[in-house]
Amino acid sequence: MPELLRAEWTKFRTVRGWVLTVVAAALVTMVPGLLFAAGSHSSCSEGPIEVPCPAPLLGPDGETVEDRFSFAHRELTGDGALTVRLTSMTGVITYPPPDHDKIVAGLVPWAKAGIMVKDGTRPGSSYAAVLLTGGHGVRMQYDFAHDTAGRPGGVSPRSPRWLRLTRSGDRLTGYESPDGRHWTEVGTARLSLPDTVRIGMFAASPGDLTVKQSETGGSIGQVRFTQTTAVFDQVSLQGAWAATEVGDSPGQTDWERYHRANGLVRSGGTFTVTGTGDIAPSEDGPTVQDTLPGVPFGLVVVVVAAVLPIAAEYRRGLIRTTLLACPRRGRALAAKAAVIGVVAFAAGLAAAAVTAPIGMSLLRANGFVLPPTPLLTEVRVIAGVGMVFALAAVLALALGALFRRATGAVVTAVALVVLPYMLAVFSPVPDDVSRWLLRLTPAAGLAIQQSVPAYPQVLSHYVPGTGYYPLPPWAGLAVTAGYAALALALAIRSVRRRDA
Amino acid sequence: MRATIEVIGLRKRFGPTLALDGMSFTVEPGRVTAFVGPNGAGKSTTMRVVLGLDAADEGRALVGGRPYRTLRHPLRHVGALLDAAALQPGRTGRDHLLWLAHSQGLGAARVTEVLDLTGLGGGVARRRAGGYSLGMRQRLGLAAALLGDPPVLMLDEPFNGLDPEGIGWLRGLLAGLAAEGRAVLVSSHLLSELQHVAGHLVVADRGRVVADTGVAALAAATGGLEAAYLRLIGRRGDA
Repeated sequence: MPELLRAEWTKFRTVRGWVLTVVAAALVTMVPGLLFAAGSHSSCSEGPIEVPCPAPLLGPDGETVEDRFSFAHRELTGDGALTVRLTSMTGVITYPPPDHDKIVAGLVPWAKAGIMVKDGTRPGSSYAAVLLTGGHGVRMQYDFAHDTAGRPGGVSPRSPRWLRLTRSGDRLTGYESPDGRHWTEVGTARLSLPDTVRIGMFAASPGDLTVKQSETGGSIGQVRFTQTTAVFDQVSLQGAWAATEVGDSPGQTDWERYHRANGLVRSGGTFTVTGTGDIAPSEDGPTVQDTLPGVPFGLVVVVVAAVLPIAAEYRRGLIRTTLLACPRRGRALAAKAAVIGVVAFAAGLAAAAVTAPIGMSLLRANGFVLPPTPLLTEVRVIAGVGMVFALAAVLALALGALFRRATGAVVTAVALVVLPYMLAVFSPVPDDVSRWLLRLTPAAGLAIQQSVPAYPQVLSHYVPGTGYYPLPPWAGLAVTAGYAALALALAIRSVRRRDA
Repeated sequence: MRATIEVIGLRKRFGPTLALDGMSFTVEPGRVTAFVGPNGAGKSTTMRVVLGLDAADEGRALVGGRPYRTLRHPLRHVGALLDAAALQPGRTGRDHLLWLAHSQGLGAARVTEVLDLTGLGGGVARRRAGGYSLGMRQRLGLAAALLGDPPVLMLDEPFNGLDPEGIGWLRGLLAGLAAEGRAVLVSSHLLSELQHVAGHLVVADRGRVVADTGVAALAAATGGLEAAYLRLIGRRGDA
């Protein structure tokens, strides 16, 4: 087998046109991203004065987060617990569809009210909370990204929800109860918190998002101001309570100014907390993925580079010479697949490894603030380009061996690998169609490029067009690998059966 | 390995055409065996079956007692020239031999040897094969067949495209290879190209062997070699 691999490599590298095609694939991959990065500018201003854009808010794990809510809190030193009864959770949504003419009563699905332990009131600091949501029941959440579901359902004065949060060293545990006597654990978190933390009740309400499909293909998202009001009593801790609008400059909307301000209203043992905002991971600003829009174009050229050699062998009759040198036909084809796969991988890896860092520094130089991406994610995205190229090349080679003709194989491979992606991202197909296209077709492997995870607890427009794939990165790549393996197996079967 | 080719009862049908109809013969070492017959007699198909490229419907073909497909480093056992035009035009002749050499665990030194042996030494082999004349392609094909220094050689119409000087050179080369103890099977549709170099004659027609004899024996027949050949394949002198 090593001799065969060496022979196939010699065969590939000694035809200048084939080598140049692979180089072209790398260049086509690089150029769109570099042009995009060089041509995009971002600026921020305070009034008429241009200022450097603020750094994104980072959570304790270094990821970008949103941390904005109303917090009624007091000091907790060492171990302790807070138990409250939540008797009401109501809210408003401003000017929702279809008519956009009224402020209506209601809760968005991820409106949040509950109790929290937090490392001070600085936005982005570590926290753990047990909370009720507008539409997803009780949850235990901590440090922005982590979310555990508890019992579903809402709250009313007749069926209150009791919540309890205990701290024991670095272990925080959330409980809930319908009656304050029978408790169920919702979840636990281990956080490195200082000895003294803030503990208390909070309310937050993320913007109400609706997405309309535009006639020209894209989609238009609208976000509306919302507000949540939660009523707590039976508060187990006494003492000096403070109220803070974490991460917010208060009273920006007319609703807040003239109807109901965010913050704490206390009446005896009843605490009414009103808040807007969210405590959640956020995606803000371009990432490594945005420097690689050339990948689908590079894929087209990779497909051509993989089909050309095998189609030429059939056209020239050279396939017979190959099979004389290696009568075990499965091995002969496998060696070809291995060589073109490695060549395509190298081209994709090189293109991405050059484009991504240059593109990101161009974006930074042009005023963008890039959210920090974990190093492993960047490596996965960059190496992923190579892997997708390799799999597409193997698939295309197999089609070339099956069809024995360049045109048919190239058209089929592009239709399988690139076209579904283009339809999903650039055409006005419904969101569900675009998701299924990237689940079922060999284009699914492009999911390896997703650099920002989608969080179910954050309402956002998660579609391929905005960089969110329906499958996890490695699962998507596995789909493409499955197609490549299937095509190669069919090609080997066919080459074995047919006379050469 | 004994340098032989054994063809045993091959039958093969391409659609309605019976290409091989019980083809059987043996090629012995130490002599050039001419494999002659009119176009369509099944010569090329027989060679392709021996080389594992085509599968026979019936019968067996062995090289040195083994099926071709079971050979490791097959080019070191059998050298074959089937279609000299089968070249990638953008690749040089030397690189064509180089990948073949690599596939058999051989190096660039052996490539230089066979290039010299076939008169392609010097700059010719460094040019792209797309510009080669038919004669140069035949020489390159012969170089490829000789690459693994094989004890068995199978050459399909190797005289095609050679100029008179080349024909003389090839006759000498074939005689030398046979004298070294190799089994050499050379097909041709023109007996005249081979009559002075072949020691043995296999005449095929319509997918089967119609004569398997020494050249001397046939030449002694009434009217000489050419007339005997035409009689065998059922054609009159006007063929």
